[in-house]
Amino acid sequence: MKDIETDSYSESPQDLRRVVPLFGAGLTRAFQRRRKAAPESSADDEWAIKARPVPRPGRWIATVVVGLLIAMLVHGLITNGTFGWGVVRHYFFTSLVLSGVRLTVILTVVSMAAGIAIGIVVAVMRMSPNPLMSNASRLYVWFFRGTPLLVQLIFWYNIGALYPKISVGVPFGPSFTSFSANHVLTSLVAALVGLSLNEGAYMAEIIRSGIIAVDVGQIEAARSLGMRHRLLLRRIVLPQAMRVVIPPTGNQVITMLKTTSLCSVLAIAELLYSVELIYQRNFETIPLLIVASLWYLLMTTVLSVGQYYLERHFGRGHVTMLTLNLQHRR
Amino acid sequence: MSMAPLDTNGASTPGATDAFVQVVKATKRFGPTTVFENIDLIVGRGKVSCIIGPSGAGKSTLLRCVNALERLSAGRIYVGGDLIGFKEQGDQLYELTDKQAAFQRSKIGMVFQRFNLFPHMTVLENIVEAPVRVLRQDKAEVLERARALLVRVGLSDREKSYPAHLSGGQQQRVAIARALALQPQLMLFDEPTSALDPELCGEVLDVMKQLAHHGITMVVVTHEMGFARDVADEVVFMDGGAIVERGTPIDVLEHPAEERTRKFLGSVLGRAPS
Repeated sequence: MKDIETDSYSESPQDLRRVVPLFGAGLTRAFQRRRKAAPESSADDEWAIKARPVPRPGRWIATVVVGLLIAMLVHGLITNGTFGWGVVRHYFFTSLVLSGVRLTVILTVVSMAAGIAIGIVVAVMRMSPNPLMSNASRLYVWFFRGTPLLVQLIFWYNIGALYPKISVGVPFGPSFTSFSANHVLTSLVAALVGLSLNEGAYMAEIIRSGIIAVDVGQIEAARSLGMRHRLLLRRIVLPQAMRVVIPPTGNQVITMLKTTSLCSVLAIAELLYSVELIYQRNFETIPLLIVASLWYLLMTTVLSVGQYYLERHFGRGHVTMLTLNLQHRR
Repeated sequence: MSMAPLDTNGASTPGATDAFVQVVKATKRFGPTTVFENIDLIVGRGKVSCIIGPSGAGKSTLLRCVNALERLSAGRIYVGGDLIGFKEQGDQLYELTDKQAAFQRSKIGMVFQRFNLFPHMTVLENIVEAPVRVLRQDKAEVLERARALLVRVGLSDREKSYPAHLSGGQQQRVAIARALALQPQLMLFDEPTSALDPELCGEVLDVMKQLAHHGITMVVVTHEMGFARDVADEVVFMDGGAIVERGTPIDVLEHPAEERTRKFLGSVLGRAPS
C-alpha cells in the first residue's frame, strides 16, 4: 500500500469539484494522478483507499436556506426605494462627511495611542512588588472599566463645574499658574481625555495578559546575559507579549473607531454627528446613516488588513495554528 | 584579576589560591524551607566541576545563586575574586545596582535545561543580542564572532532559522553559543541535556567536552554520569541540601565512600549498590 489517495474521494459539498465539474485545476490534478497510477500493479489498486464518504444531507439543506436568505436580502436592498442609494452616493464624499471621517480617525488614533501608553504603565505598575503601586493600578482599572464610557465623557465635559480652576504647582503648596477649566477642557479635549483614560483601563489588562504569557525562562535567560530591566522589557518581554496583545488590541481599535460616535453627545463633529447635522436639515435619515455605516465599514476593513500584517510580523518564529481544524487532515 | 580574600576560612583547601569560583558557607531558604545549608565549594580556574545528586538536592538553586538569579540567604559567593550580588566595604555589604548586577552576570554564561532561546529572534540574532546591546560591542565584529561560534557548535547553516524550527539538541547548542558570545570566564550548565531525547544528548555533550578542553571554567549540574566521568576534574555529590561527597570522578563515581552516594549511583546507573 504505497499510495494512499487521500484526495480522490471528497467528503462534502465543500468540494464542489465533484458536483460541478468546472474547476479545472482540481480536475487536472486528479487526472494526472490517475494516469500516473495506471501502469502500477493491480495489487496497489486493491489497497488504495476508496471509501464512500459519510452522507451529509444537513449541509445541503443549510446551503439552500442560507442561499435563499442572501437572495432575499439583496433583492430588498435593490428594490426598496427608501434606502435612497442616490442620496447615499450624493453625500458620500461631501466635505462635511469627509471632515467627520477625519475627526473620527483623529479621535481614534490619539485616544488609542494614549490608551496604549497608559495601559503599559498601568500594567507594569500592576506587576510591581510595591503594594501601593499594584493597588493604585487595580483601583484605576476598577473605576474606569466599571463606569459607563458615556457617563465618563459627559463627566469630563462638565469637569469645569467640579474644578473651575486647574493650577500647576507644588502639591499642597504654592501654584505657579492656573487656567480656567472650561477654557482648557474644550469638548474635543474632554472627549480625548475620556476616551484615553477609559481605553487605558482595558489596554492595561490586555497588556498584562501579554506579559504574563511570556515564559519566566525568557526573563531568566535575558538576565543571565546581563540585560538590565529596561532593556529586558523592551527587547525580550514586550515583543513576545505583542504576539498575545495584538489580536485583542485590534479588536479595541475597531471598537474605539465606532465608540468615537459617542462623542456626538458632546457636539463634536465626528462622522456620526456630521451626518446627523445633515439629516436634521433634509430628513434623509436612513440614507445618511448608511453613508456613516459604509465609512465605518470601510475604515474597519482597512484596520483588519493592517492587523493581519502586524500579527504576521510579531508572530515570526512561532508555529501557530491558523485554522481550528479538529478533524484529520485532508 | 584579584584573588578571593583569604580570610574566608571554611573554604580554603589546597589549591585555593587558584580558585576561580568560591562558595563560602552558603545557605538558601525559601520561606520556611531550607534548600541548602552551609555549602562550601571551590572550582579552580579552568577546571570542570560536575554537581550530581537526586532532584531536590539544591543543585540547580546553588548554580542559580552563583549567577545571582537567586539571592543567598547567608554566606558568600566569589567569582574571579568578585563578591556576587554585593559590594563589600569594610564590614558593610551594599546591594549592587541593577546596572552593576547586570554587568556581573554578563561575565558568567549560563545554559538552561529548557534552552530559553528568544523565540522571536533568529539563531544569529539570539547570539548577537547581548554582546551588542549589553556590552555595546561593534556589531560587525560580534557578527563575525557569532558565525565562528556557530561553526564551533556545528550549526553554521542555521543562522537564519527561528528556534521553533530547530531540534532540542540544536536549540541547546545555539544556547551555548549565545552564552559564549559574551566571552565569559565561567560557564554554568543547569541540567543541559535533561530535556533532550537520548540520541540528541550526545551532540550537546560533545560541544561541552570541546569547551572543557578549551580551558574555560565550568560548573555543570548533570545526570550524565558518563560526561562527569570523562570531563570533570571534580565531582560533587549533593543530597538534601548538603554536599555529601566530593572528589575525582574515579573516587566518587567508582569508589564512593558514602552510602548515600552509592545508593544514588546505583539507581542512576541502573545497577544494585555494591
